[in-house]
Amino acid sequence: MIRSRQVTAAATGLLLLCMAGSAVLLRQVDQVRTAATLQDVLYVSSPKLLKRLSLGYEGLLADVYWTRAVQYFGEKHHAGGGRYELLWPLLNITTQLDPHLIPAYAFGQTFLSARPPNGAGIPEKAIELVEYGIRNNPDDWHLYYDLGFIYYDLKDYGSAADAFLRGSRVPNAHPFLKILAAQMAEHGGDLETARMMWTATYQTTHDEQIRANAAAHLLAVQADQDVTELERLVENYLQKTGRLPASFAEMAETGYLRGVPADPLGNPYKLTADGHVFLRDPDDLPFVEKGLPPGYVPPAAPKIRPAD
Amino acid sequence: MNSRILHIATNTFREAVRDRVLYNLVAFALLLSGAAVLVGQISINIERLVVINLGLTAVSLFGIVIAIFIGIGLVSKEIDKRTLYTVLSRPVRRWEFIAGKFFGLAGTLVVNTSLMAIGVFAALAYVSQHFQNSDASVLVALYFIVLQFVVITALALFFSSFSSPLLSAVFTFSLVVIGSFAEDLRGFAKMTHGITRLLATGAAYLVPNFSALNVISQVAHGEAVASQLVAYNTAYAVVYATAVLSGAVLIFEHRNLK
Amino acid sequence: MAAIEILGLEKTYSVGFWRKRPKCALRPLRLTVEDGEIFGFLGPNGAGKTTTLKMLMGLVFPTSGTARILGMALDDPTMQAQIGFLPEQPYFYDYLTARELLKYYGLLSGVNAKQLAHRVDNVLARVGLKDASDVQLRKFSKGMLQRAGIAQAILHDPKVIFLDEPMSGLDPMGRREVRNLIEELKSEGKTVFFSTHILSDAEALCDRVAIIHLGELRRVGAVAELTSSVHGQVEIVWQGTSVPAGLKVAGAEYHVAGDTMRVVVPEESQEGVLEVLRRERLRLISVTPVRVSLEDYFVTQLTPAAQEAVTS
Repeated sequence: MIRSRQVTAAATGLLLLCMAGSAVLLRQVDQVRTAATLQDVLYVSSPKLLKRLSLGYEGLLADVYWTRAVQYFGEKHHAGGGRYELLWPLLNITTQLDPHLIPAYAFGQTFLSARPPNGAGIPEKAIELVEYGIRNNPDDWHLYYDLGFIYYDLKDYGSAADAFLRGSRVPNAHPFLKILAAQMAEHGGDLETARMMWTATYQTTHDEQIRANAAAHLLAVQADQDVTELERLVENYLQKTGRLPASFAEMAETGYLRGVPADPLGNPYKLTADGHVFLRDPDDLPFVEKGLPPGYVPPAAPKIRPAD
Repeated sequence: MNSRILHIATNTFREAVRDRVLYNLVAFALLLSGAAVLVGQISINIERLVVINLGLTAVSLFGIVIAIFIGIGLVSKEIDKRTLYTVLSRPVRRWEFIAGKFFGLAGTLVVNTSLMAIGVFAALAYVSQHFQNSDASVLVALYFIVLQFVVITALALFFSSFSSPLLSAVFTFSLVVIGSFAEDLRGFAKMTHGITRLLATGAAYLVPNFSALNVISQVAHGEAVASQLVAYNTAYAVVYATAVLSGAVLIFEHRNLK
Repeated sequence: MAAIEILGLEKTYSVGFWRKRPKCALRPLRLTVEDGEIFGFLGPNGAGKTTTLKMLMGLVFPTSGTARILGMALDDPTMQAQIGFLPEQPYFYDYLTARELLKYYGLLSGVNAKQLAHRVDNVLARVGLKDASDVQLRKFSKGMLQRAGIAQAILHDPKVIFLDEPMSGLDPMGRREVRNLIEELKSEGKTVFFSTHILSDAEALCDRVAIIHLGELRRVGAVAELTSSVHGQVEIVWQGTSVPAGLKVAGAEYHVAGDTMRVVVPEESQEGVLEVLRRERLRLISVTPVRVSLEDYFVTQLTPAAQEAVTS
């Protein structure tokens, strides 16, 4: 005969056991579902329909999709990139549900137009997204900045300048928009412009991933500028002494350099016999364009450190 | 012991039927056949999609409403109306009562869903004229919906064992909604730090995982469901429901029935 | 063996949300009910009768104390199969018919499936619901519901039957039927424990009663004992229209009715009065002991003064 105490004990035991069991099974289910989890997004053929179906709670739903977008990108990026096929649909749905979700536009600008493995590599969609954002939020200067950046990335300095100019006319616009507009028109392709752009992004964004991305770009710009400058000095040395320097130490002793130069991460630059400057660890500086040894292949998963 | 649970379950089923619950099938039939006919006439090449989406969503929603409406009263109604006293003064254990009520309502929902399934397949046959292989996955989707009902029934019964019908309805409904976003909640928890992360992760694992049990759009697009998922979901639903029912038994076992 | 042994059952509730104040519904109760008795559990509303019954049925858990029914513990299913319970103002599954209800209860009590239909028919006839066997309970009147309740309490042939206010809501006919039924049960050797606040019923039926008030047991004993513990009186009726000279009893009232006179005097004075009547050669018609009714007992015992006397 089962007494109350036994029932209590059995029920408690069963409760704890099953709670633990359900947590374990949940993880298994998640693993099986990772491929399928976000595929639902591809089935939403009409964000407008989704908006109507959400019965007035589209704001909340937009937040859900935004969270999914950020997480999706972060996980894929961490795992090695790829083409981020779902990023555009996710951001599209997010902004259709809530056109005033501003961070989505900056995110799209950064990661839709960047080339794989750092982004989806579809700048035309990025432009579409941000233009949509501008139509719905004509007084938010951030969006014009975003648009200009996309064009800058595409090396369309004229359109970039246009965008910055439009943005500078918006009330409460950040003063650097005017400066950037002018800069873009004259010196679009300069490294110094790149530095200004990435510094602006780094300082004004609130998004972790965008800031980390900007920091990595700034390091790369620094390295590029270093390499350019160092090679110029080496050329200078050649001109003045008639031969190439054997090492940076030699150049430093003879007063052509102030010390042995190091890259932004503190690793010394390498000088080759034929006067080229290379980075010691190019893997550590993604986005760098100069100072890469011949035959260098960038890794599939770029190491972008968290910004600090 | 087992026969008492069976008797209580049968009686619960009988109560649902005599409360005219099964009339919801009429509304369902009208809805689905109307949609099928409409869609068949317009012929926009997505008839299957519409029928499956609409049919399965309706099965799900109707069932959730029934599960909550009847579930919240399973225990509280018997206490209010004092029908419970004459039952418990007999050699019926309190946990047998809970188990019987659960199986009664779950059984009702299984029967209800089975009848609705016939309707869905009938509508499908009407619009696509023949059955395809991918129709088997519609059965899987229906099975997952039944698993959802099992969990919701357990939850409603759990709340009913100590709370008023209104509060039980609110709590159960909230858990259904949150559970539909359970995967997002877990993702969200991963992005937080410290104490928040601990609490959020705990909550995310406690909440019923309905998002994994909803494969309607997948199936509507003709995609199959992994058999591994079927196995894990089944195990999860059974284990989770058992946990909730154990909680209900614990509470009910020590409750003074004033 | 005693049918029911209550050994110190006590119930205190905590009332209030923030600061819990204890509210005592039943002080420790000690009571024994013998086999084959009809035992009445009397008290005004809110005295603790229903609380006691619920504790015996295992619906409410006592704060302290235990009880045994038929020598077995309160949660023993063997014991539970041998008791029947009718709660106060019962309500049953109104979507079932009387027959379906009894079948359900019978199955839960473990009645053999083969005997079940037969028993159900018998019991329905016994409580006078034969014609309404297949009517849904939602259409039953209060009296019919009460009878259905009694039916489910006796269906499985229990040894001890607990009834909480079995006569409530019944018309005089119904009450008479229930009283007859209870007596029948006794003649079948069953023990009946019923609570009520209607004293005339208790007086007529019970072998013994317990009186409970404000959660405390006041008195236990046979009805006759309780009422005769108050000083008895006698009523003397004789033929005549005037009071004889020698008949002087302090404070006695004399009534004339037609050609007879009536007086009520204390028992001790009885012989004296009869002596006077003999001397005066008056024709004696009757000498009848007057018992205090249970109601009088109740009211006098449960007035504040009497309560003082008991608690001090």
